[in-house]
Amino acid sequence: MGKRIGLEVSLAVSEAVKMARVDAVAAYPITPQTHIVEELSQMVADGDLDADFIMVESEHSAMSACCGTSAVGARTFTATAAQGLALMHEILFIASGLRLPIVMAIANRALSAPISIWGDHSDVMAERDTGWIQFFAETGQEAFDLTIQAFKIAEDKRVLTPAAVNLDGFTLSHVIEPFDMPDQEEVDAFLPTFEPQVILDPDNPVTMGPVGFPEIYTEIKKQQNEALLGAHEVILEVWEEFEKAFGRAYRPVESYRTDGAEVLISIAGSTAGTARVAVDNMREAGKKVGLIRTRLWRPYPFEETRAAVKGAKAVAVIDRCLSFGGPGGPICSELRSALYPLPEKPVVNSYIAGLGGRDITLQDFYTVVEDTYRVLEEGPTDEYKMIGVRE
Amino acid sequence: MAEQTDDLEFLPRLLPPQEFVAEGNRACQGCGELLALRQLFKAAGPDTIVCSATGCMEIISSPYPETAWRIPWMHVAFENAASVAAGVEAGIKILRKKGRYPADRRINIVAIAGDGGTADIGLQALSGALERWHDFTYICTDNEAYMNTGIQRSSSTPYGAATTTSPAGKLSIGQQTQKKNLPMIVAAHDIPYLATCCPSYPLDLMNKARRAFETIGPTYLHAFSACPTGWRHPIDMAVEIGRLAVETGVFPLYEVAGGKLKINPVIEKRKPVIEYLKPQGRFRHLKPEDIEEIQRLVDENYERLVRRAECDASE
Repeated sequence: MGKRIGLEVSLAVSEAVKMARVDAVAAYPITPQTHIVEELSQMVADGDLDADFIMVESEHSAMSACCGTSAVGARTFTATAAQGLALMHEILFIASGLRLPIVMAIANRALSAPISIWGDHSDVMAERDTGWIQFFAETGQEAFDLTIQAFKIAEDKRVLTPAAVNLDGFTLSHVIEPFDMPDQEEVDAFLPTFEPQVILDPDNPVTMGPVGFPEIYTEIKKQQNEALLGAHEVILEVWEEFEKAFGRAYRPVESYRTDGAEVLISIAGSTAGTARVAVDNMREAGKKVGLIRTRLWRPYPFEETRAAVKGAKAVAVIDRCLSFGGPGGPICSELRSALYPLPEKPVVNSYIAGLGGRDITLQDFYTVVEDTYRVLEEGPTDEYKMIGVRE
Repeated sequence: MAEQTDDLEFLPRLLPPQEFVAEGNRACQGCGELLALRQLFKAAGPDTIVCSATGCMEIISSPYPETAWRIPWMHVAFENAASVAAGVEAGIKILRKKGRYPADRRINIVAIAGDGGTADIGLQALSGALERWHDFTYICTDNEAYMNTGIQRSSSTPYGAATTTSPAGKLSIGQQTQKKNLPMIVAAHDIPYLATCCPSYPLDLMNKARRAFETIGPTYLHAFSACPTGWRHPIDMAVEIGRLAVETGVFPLYEVAGGKLKINPVIEKRKPVIEYLKPQGRFRHLKPEDIEEIQRLVDENYERLVRRAECDASE
């Protein structure tokens, strides 16, 4: 059996990459992801990780080189954040379109301007539609586990789709947390060596990345989407297997004290920790409040989301990202879409908070819940509200 | 330093018969770029992986579900052929070490891109891959403009050439700047081998290509690629235009091996540039004084190259 240790979350992600016996890493430094790739570089330098580390000259080249390593059958990892992820944007679509099972950690950070190195979810939300499997981690253990799981899911021949593990920059990436570290043998048993389906090999020449004329482009995209939607089933399978092997359960949507709840707070990422304390306090004060947390973001867990909000009068969705000029936060928009076909559905309110490293405090959760009760009585007054703004 | 493993040269009647870029592809009639690729991949042989940038050669060769490639070929995007090739090289290297890559022999990892994909949008990726010393060959097929999108100027378009975004007009001579000297930018990375080549000189091209492929470390080939469509010359003239480019000194053929530049072949008596410019519609608008200026620029560049070669030879 493994051991329980304290470790910085970034280093734990690197440890997961090592235990996944990754073959190739191509990465470029950007705060707050740097500790992950620094640690991986050191592991390669010390001979603890038998991988080729390509220290590229940009994130665009990082993702491009990842396409190359993955296309010859190497288990491939990269990590980035914010501007780096934005610079990868073009190639993210291509990695998924070419069905290359690359795994990426994103230490979520705000996008410029103004430049901010601090956390929010603007970076990944701008990449929502790039065709990647996307998870949000709340804790370090989860970031570690999801990284290992991501390889197994992405490389499954029914899936063959890249996967991104989101961890909040600084508030998760840079904190020291307790970890249950598995033994290498346990990870090896769970995650065998990558067996690619098609590779660039002179003995069996293939053409990868051809031109798709209008007669075929739609069909290829439909096929790709079916693989991504189908990943849902594989994810559940892998999580079941993971639970059996390691004893930790994973679900697409996590619920906390939702029994009999009138108002549900919905959130993604590490802020759920604060949210849980807020829920406990409000419950103690007699308010029927619960929490749902988005872990699986792509493919979107429609059924699990509908089930999670069943019986609630209202859902208060807190997004750490603002869709400029739009209906509010992206997680809220999608939750609303998922609930819209239901004959009986809760009121859904959108709140924006925690942009560019602004703390989301207990008081912010109380404010959100109070406002949601007000909306239940008086009806909605805004498309969305920004919380914690200094006026 | 260049490590050459084989000094065998290609000879006229002993050229490999295999074609790795198949006939029946969608290139324009008389395409000089495709001719360069055919020769380059003949020199490369079957143990080759191609990482292609977006461009003419990508779209004409890979209309799904057809492909003109008889060797493994991958296209990712426009500006990153060098980065993709870097990944392929690194991936094969590590998988071989771990006993998980099937082909257990030397494989030529080749990135191909046009002048736009190399001198403009792909320059950063190229520089990065050269600096990191990946064992690969980068080939720029230079047709001196963005031909795939409809003949727009690039930084590799020569002075005075009319393109759709550097048109000749009352106030414009066409391209107003000089062609970016890409091979010399590459040479500044101190890579073990680079060469300029032209498919009008097939043996020279193939021998240079073989040297590039056999050299361990990053190597670079810059191939002159006449474009009848974009240069507006007759479709049966690509080979002749290439020869004129070399004979006038407009496109000098040289190698830089182990840091030493050698003009190869040297043109003792260069033809006047007007012979090269005249058959091409893109230069049609030039006045005698413009042609004089171009002659001056060509002479200046060629003489500088000769001085460099003499200097390197005397070291």
